[in-house]
Amino acid sequence: MSFRTPLGRVRGLGSAKEGTHHWWAQRVTAIALVPLTVWFVVSILMLAGADRGAILDWLGNPVTAGLLVMTILAAFHHGQLGLQVVIEDYVHNEGWKIGLIVFVKLAALLFGGIGIVSVLKLAFGG
Amino acid sequence: MAQFRLPPNSRIAKGKAWPAPEGAKRPRRFKIYRYDPDGADNPRLDTYTVDLDDCGPMVLDAIIKIKNEVDSTLAFRRSCREGVCGSCAFNIGGTNTLACTSFIADYRGDIAIYPLPHLPVVKDLVPDLTQAYAQLASVEPWLKTRTPAPERERLQSPEDREKLDGLWECVLCFSCSTSCPSYWWNGERYLGPAVLLQAYRWIADSRDEYTGERLDDLEDPFRLYRCHTIMNCTNTCPKHLNPAKAIAETKKLMVARQ
Repeated sequence: MSFRTPLGRVRGLGSAKEGTHHWWAQRVTAIALVPLTVWFVVSILMLAGADRGAILDWLGNPVTAGLLVMTILAAFHHGQLGLQVVIEDYVHNEGWKIGLIVFVKLAALLFGGIGIVSVLKLAFGG
Repeated sequence: MAQFRLPPNSRIAKGKAWPAPEGAKRPRRFKIYRYDPDGADNPRLDTYTVDLDDCGPMVLDAIIKIKNEVDSTLAFRRSCREGVCGSCAFNIGGTNTLACTSFIADYRGDIAIYPLPHLPVVKDLVPDLTQAYAQLASVEPWLKTRTPAPERERLQSPEDREKLDGLWECVLCFSCSTSCPSYWWNGERYLGPAVLLQAYRWIADSRDEYTGERLDDLEDPFRLYRCHTIMNCTNTCPKHLNPAKAIAETKKLMVARQ
């Protein structure tokens, strides 16, 4: 039972004065991923059946390695931003919500990091 | 988690079927949601048959006829019967709209009428809009200035006035907010399309001097950014307004002031 007024409840803790950066980053990474994904898929299809040497030659090109790192960064950043929104939408238990968001962000950092290190390792000669 | 199924005491039972009036030439069935908070029964769906030859053309005409002539216990809100007051918003045939501006002839088969979705029901077709009204009050939908009030009217150019078209016409029926899944799941923190359209109506007003403060108050992951451009709001608006666009314009201003 609460005697708080409806307006008091709605005004609540006030505005977080935040969210624009999250929204903007999600849009920018989405747009960046359009050309990056097309480039990535086409490149991989063209490399189908190639041996290790050909792959290393491809990755040894700084433009290729740079674009791959960008693709990984954009994909994982975009993915964790989107998952955060999904969790905030549907998980209403505060503990679960915070736990899941932290988990998703750390997982994105970990797998993104592994991806980038892998690209750099191969780019610098396997 | 978000609730995807109605709680057991909200599940809708089969209700009473009222007979068709004798000698009806054009009978039409209306299935109307009934809930009485004074009883212990679950909500039910009553079926009423109306002779369209003996009834006005609008869905609201049929509902009023049912209340006047068949079942006076049916509760609903209505006032102006011409789409200006926003009282008679129901979920009709699966879409939130105003009963007074909806032609019976535009629906096929039985016409199902429910209260606006995902709100507490006071009785039958009357939802509890307390929270939505409080959210409207929270955006302070009136002109605010620092410049002292002028002796005469506040001037606005015809071009600036045109920017309010598509915003001022909102009748606050809350059809849009209650059609929005994001408002269903997070309505206690997300302001919803109706209130965000009203907020933008004052942000877009050239006479208002509190644009920055208004944006400050909206800049929040829940208040504004729960809008995921689902577009149900624009789809359902009985006044053919575009709340989704008003929200998008607000988001653009948020980026513009970074």
